Amino acid sequence: MKRIVLPLLFAGLLVAGLAHAATGHVTASHAWIRVLPGALPAGAYVVLRNDGDAPVALTAAGSPAYGEAMLHESSRAGGVSRMTMVDALAIPAHGTQVLAPGGYHLMLMDAKQPVRPGDTVRITLKFDDGSTLPVDFIARPANALDDRG
Amino acid sequence: MKFPRLLRLALLLLPLTGALLLAGCHRDALPFKLTNISGHMPDLQFQLTDDNGKAVSAADYRGKVLLLYFGYTHCPDVCPLTLAQLHVALQKLGKPGDDVRILFVSVDPARDTPAVLHAYVNAFDKRAVGLTGSPRAIEALSKRYRSAFTREPSGKDGNYEVTHSSAIYVFDRDGRARVLSTPGTPQDDLVHDLQLLLGTGTSA
Repeated sequence: MKRIVLPLLFAGLLVAGLAHAATGHVTASHAWIRVLPGALPAGAYVVLRNDGDAPVALTAAGSPAYGEAMLHESSRAGGVSRMTMVDALAIPAHGTQVLAPGGYHLMLMDAKQPVRPGDTVRITLKFDDGSTLPVDFIARPANALDDRG
Repeated sequence: MKFPRLLRLALLLLPLTGALLLAGCHRDALPFKLTNISGHMPDLQFQLTDDNGKAVSAADYRGKVLLLYFGYTHCPDVCPLTLAQLHVALQKLGKPGDDVRILFVSVDPARDTPAVLHAYVNAFDKRAVGLTGSPRAIEALSKRYRSAFTREPSGKDGNYEVTHSSAIYVFDRDGRARVLSTPGTPQDDLVHDLQLLLGTGTSA
């Protein structure tokens, strides 16, 4: 029994290692979703860190929990709030890019089933180098200000 | 010798006189930290429907300090952020904060029914009221405060965004426009000015 499990475990670690290499050294933290009542679209936020030597751009996101996930930017120029689509969001080499309320965010639409505060939602981020990064987002109440408070 | 003494007395009394004068017209003299719009914007006036489906006017909120904000429920980022920040500001006020109402006026009456608004505003704060109405009534209120909104073209799925003013208009207990806040201004400034306004007028 042990003989079979160990090589399998080793293979698993190898695959995990390869998967990590394929992400282009991007890691995610402070991932959260602001949950709104009913079928309203939700905003998702995350801090992305690129430890690679080349810039990488976030180009798309997808989740089995939502019909659609779009990259948007909110702006407040001239006292007017507007939202625009973003095709690619660059994360500088050895730098970070922040998706936070009032700025860049993922707009999640058409929830497959109600998402409640406390739930964890897996969203896969896609980058321009072909790599992907699955991230677990914590669902927070409507009146939360960030991933904790 | 006598004259300078009188002068000195007058000088001593000057601050007191000033304080009395200030008290006499304190409406315009409150030391606000936000942009003071007292006397520059009209008193609150509207005929809309609240999130319980009831016809309401500005008179129904007399006695409360009011935060007027234009937005829409399908706005996933800025509107929830603004309402969450207003909720936190009211929490900081403690018990007196119960005399404040957040009036969230929908600029998207086609999708924002009273029921949708009810669930939405209550997810942020129990002191928030959702207001909707005819496009004409909403436009009238928006224009009254030189606010603007534009419905953007629909996407392929029929969804659309609404570009809208980000300002928060603060009214005193008598429905008079007093200060203007924006989501970018420090929260403590808003809390400070709300405290000033809660300390004035008569409580409902």
